[in-house]
Amino acid sequence: MQYMLIMNETHEVAAHRNHPELAPAYWGAWTAYIGAMSQAGIILRGDGLQGPHTASVVRVRDGKRQVQDGPYPDAKEQLGGYFIVEVPDLDTALDWAAQAPCALTGSVEVRPVLPPMAGPPA
Amino acid sequence: MSEAAARRAAEAAARGSYGRLVAILSARTRDIAAAEDALAEAFAAALRTWPVRGVPQNPDAWLLAAARNALSNMQRHRRVRDAATAEVQRRVEELAEAGEAIPDERLRLMFVCAHPAIDRGVRTPLMLQTVLGLDAARIGAAFLVAPAAMGQRLVRAKARIRDTGLRFAVPEGAELPERLADVLDAIYAAYGTGWDALADAGLGGLASEAIHLGRVLEALLPHPEAKGLLALMLYCEARRAARRDAEGRFVPLARQDARLWDRDMIIAAEGKLTEASRAGQFGRFQCEAAIQSVHIQRPVTGRTNYDALRLLYGLLAQHAPGTGVAVAQAAMLLEAGDTPAAEAALAALPEGEVAAYQPFWVARARLLRMQGDAAGAAAAAERAVALTQDPALRDFLAAEHAAPLDAPPPPSP
Repeated sequence: MQYMLIMNETHEVAAHRNHPELAPAYWGAWTAYIGAMSQAGIILRGDGLQGPHTASVVRVRDGKRQVQDGPYPDAKEQLGGYFIVEVPDLDTALDWAAQAPCALTGSVEVRPVLPPMAGPPA
Repeated sequence: MSEAAARRAAEAAARGSYGRLVAILSARTRDIAAAEDALAEAFAAALRTWPVRGVPQNPDAWLLAAARNALSNMQRHRRVRDAATAEVQRRVEELAEAGEAIPDERLRLMFVCAHPAIDRGVRTPLMLQTVLGLDAARIGAAFLVAPAAMGQRLVRAKARIRDTGLRFAVPEGAELPERLADVLDAIYAAYGTGWDALADAGLGGLASEAIHLGRVLEALLPHPEAKGLLALMLYCEARRAARRDAEGRFVPLARQDARLWDRDMIIAAEGKLTEASRAGQFGRFQCEAAIQSVHIQRPVTGRTNYDALRLLYGLLAQHAPGTGVAVAQAAMLLEAGDTPAAEAALAALPEGEVAAYQPFWVARARLLRMQGDAAGAAAAAERAVALTQDPALRDFLAAEHAAPLDAPPPPSP
């Protein structure tokens, strides 16, 4: 089964990305984690995302496009990245999610990917 | 074959085999709701055809085959091709042809109901419905939740089980103790719904259902903790008749008429606890059962063995700490007359955790009473009463704290 692991980081820890002293440990942890998943052969796809300051939120209401600068300001965590993994069951996906660096201070949401839509009925 | 006899046979199959059949029907597809619907159709078919054709030799196999047909009809209707169900059908056909007993997948089903990904609050209702076939209204009544709300929770939980792909298996190795603890907690929570319910007032407690689940679990998985839970529930249930007097008033443990205790249940409990202890593995439920075993000795020896209780509560607090254990330990220390230790134990508990915890306020009121603080005791007692649902227990607590301060402290429930 395919699951998306959605990596949610606290703003504090996400700031380590560019911090001269804390950055090596931050990236080192993620590299190690991704390496382990890679070794296990479970990654189908995955990316880190640039920070919320680069995000735009688009809505179309009454035929008009609205663009907002960044996601909801009062969110306690920010979306740092995602992975799509192929594993036998949820338990396995949860085990991997628990090993993500952000699981220690933030959270990881685990959601099954919708199976491909069935074709038209025979 | 009379219609009444056919109906009885169908009902017997329903009572005895419901959980078994749901477990095997849902094992491959993880779709418990669909399995239950298919089984309902199978029972309806049984009630139509058994009076005419006679009760089949292997009723379970007949019901399984009928449910299989219902499942595949449902699938055709939805135009969903599902290889898993085809496998179920093949297996069921093999069994029916071989005349074999249906394998018991209920253990797996119970572990699924108590899976970590399932919200703690719905685990017990799930188990009661899928293994015992209880309806949402009955379960809701026991948990003081409206039937529609309980029904909704169950629907959502089963959809979650079907859609998230959680592992439908009995855990193994290092995983087992913690997962088993979750199953045991869920069964014990069912027992708890019946604790204050009067036996013949039909208030919806599920004590006997909980014990039945405990027996099923222990038969399928004779783990010492499963034996411990069963022993614990049997010790408690054995005292039911003695917990209220003829006028319906609450009778605390130390004042109960031991002749009203159910001897057979106590003997069964002792037996399970002895079996468990042979494994030499400490466990929370074995320890709680052992504590009950000490209490049961009181009419035999004429006194409560507080040394044994101190030891057992100490072990429990060390290996399975929690607010409930801490308060129970403090209550025991109060009964033993060790006021300083009881005070220390109660004071160590964070206020947030005990604000709405009735046993804490009962113990605190008793402590303050023993220390001569009339005002403090009255305030704590008021809080305890406000948190108590059982009217008989409310009356008891209110009366206890209305008595003058120099009266001897009554024993705890």
